[in-house]
Amino acid sequence: MQGLFAVYRKELADHFSSYRFVILFALIAMVAFITSYMAGVNLKENLEGVAKPKFVFLMMFNTTGALFSLVQFVAFFGPLIGLVLGFDAINRERANGTLIKIVSQPIYRDAVINGKFLAGATTISIILVSIVLVISGFGLLLLGVVPGVEEIWRLIIYIIISIFYISFWLGLSLLFSIFFRNVATSALASVALWIFLSFFVSLGASVLADSIAPVDTKGGTRETHMDMTIKNAQIRERVSLLSPMTLYSSASGTIIDPMRKTTSALVLMGPMEELSASRFQNPLPLGQSILVIYPHLVALIAISLICFVISYIVFMLQEVRT
Amino acid sequence: MDTDVIIETTNLTKRYGHQTAVDSLTFQVNEGEVFGFLGPNGAGKTTTLLMLLGLSRSSEGNAKVCGLEPERNAREVKRMVGYLPENVGFYEDLNAVQSLEYIANLNGLNGDQIRDKILDALKEVGLSDDLEKKVGVYSRGMKQRLGIAEVLIKDPKVMFLDEPTLGLDPDGASKMIDLIQALNRDRNITVLLSSHHLQQVQKISNRVGIMIRGKMVAEGTIDALAKEKFGVGEKVYTLEEIYLKYFQEV
Repeated sequence: MQGLFAVYRKELADHFSSYRFVILFALIAMVAFITSYMAGVNLKENLEGVAKPKFVFLMMFNTTGALFSLVQFVAFFGPLIGLVLGFDAINRERANGTLIKIVSQPIYRDAVINGKFLAGATTISIILVSIVLVISGFGLLLLGVVPGVEEIWRLIIYIIISIFYISFWLGLSLLFSIFFRNVATSALASVALWIFLSFFVSLGASVLADSIAPVDTKGGTRETHMDMTIKNAQIRERVSLLSPMTLYSSASGTIIDPMRKTTSALVLMGPMEELSASRFQNPLPLGQSILVIYPHLVALIAISLICFVISYIVFMLQEVRT
Repeated sequence: MDTDVIIETTNLTKRYGHQTAVDSLTFQVNEGEVFGFLGPNGAGKTTTLLMLLGLSRSSEGNAKVCGLEPERNAREVKRMVGYLPENVGFYEDLNAVQSLEYIANLNGLNGDQIRDKILDALKEVGLSDDLEKKVGVYSRGMKQRLGIAEVLIKDPKVMFLDEPTLGLDPDGASKMIDLIQALNRDRNITVLLSSHHLQQVQKISNRVGIMIRGKMVAEGTIDALAKEKFGVGEKVYTLEEIYLKYFQEV
């Protein structure tokens, strides 16, 4: 434990004093300021003279201002935080000749990788919590609305989901920093995988869905047309769930927006979901929202853990030398 | 005699695939001595050191360091053995005190008592005037001495020094050797010293071992090795002559 704590403290200090962190944090703080300001101004205009909706405060986070909402921003660029914090964690120390020195101290070898991962995860948590607080503060100022208990709970759950999501990318870049000896290679590889998983999977999903179940608007009967549309949407959804970004977007979108009753597309809703969506215009209670995103949540936690466990095993089995 | 053997290996072997890096190595180091660990580059010296620290698994044979098997008790062995790797690296943006603090923390030393310990270690290696400088601006010689200070911070019983004089100027190398000798004498630390500066090894070593292609081809005092290779005679042979003789024969 003593070794783990020492590594953790050192890594955390390194993160906070590095230019990398300062730039990253400045960038994110700036985007958070701008998006929340836009969202706040937008909301203020739209809500003028209208009966106040129940969860105004949460709208600060998912109202698209000029470009994107905060939830979308974290889904797209959150991975970069994880990648930047981890891509050179192991291979830089190996190249500098400090890794061998550290592991020849009386610590277990896993203290190095655990400490690094935990320090990264802590940094991520601090970044996320501070963004959410900044936006909340803006919300208070611009809208003059105080968040209710349920809204606070939803924000906390949102932060937890986001921490796991970004930690997944941290674990991935840590893995690359163990696999690749060269810092530049591991940085490129992680960015490549980020682009692939975030952008190309959804593209591939629609291509695959259209080629397996083409929706033909001209020929065919009404029934086959319906079947094909459903099948098309099914394939699209299943394939795009392979992307952690889709997984996260559905989960975080649903938890932030109580009016969202399901994570699936409109055509894929089951009879009960359809009923609740069409009949009841009230927001979902928190427990129900959690239930809806439960599979996503489990999958997100699972992939981040799996990713870390693979890095752990590879690191433990690797020769220290070379 | 048997009681003060501090490092002992029997048939220690390391294979990487088909290549044998260390081939049934059997040797001993006695407590309190300076053992010169010689051999050409790639002979398997570093691999042997890593196995003695439990950082690398042996393929066959076993080793004992301070009475413990490094593979089973890696942490205990690493607590007693200070290792200065070849081309040791440092965190360039820390200063000397911070670097030592990190190493001390990794050794489970915390709190107020380590500050004095750090200053003592730095004084011992002659870096007292450069405490606040970042390690990045240190010269090679200063870095090596800082490396020694990092080893001293844990009060080791044994030091493994892998090429501590590599790349140092003649003056720096000779100061380093003097420092090692002083530590051996004053703190009674057993030293396993690997180096290519044969003259200096000869100056401070009680015994030497010559390792070539994974095998220990000679082990003993310099006089004994000279006698073995050249017979008894008037001439006093240098370690260099003995080393080259062994090297040519293999």
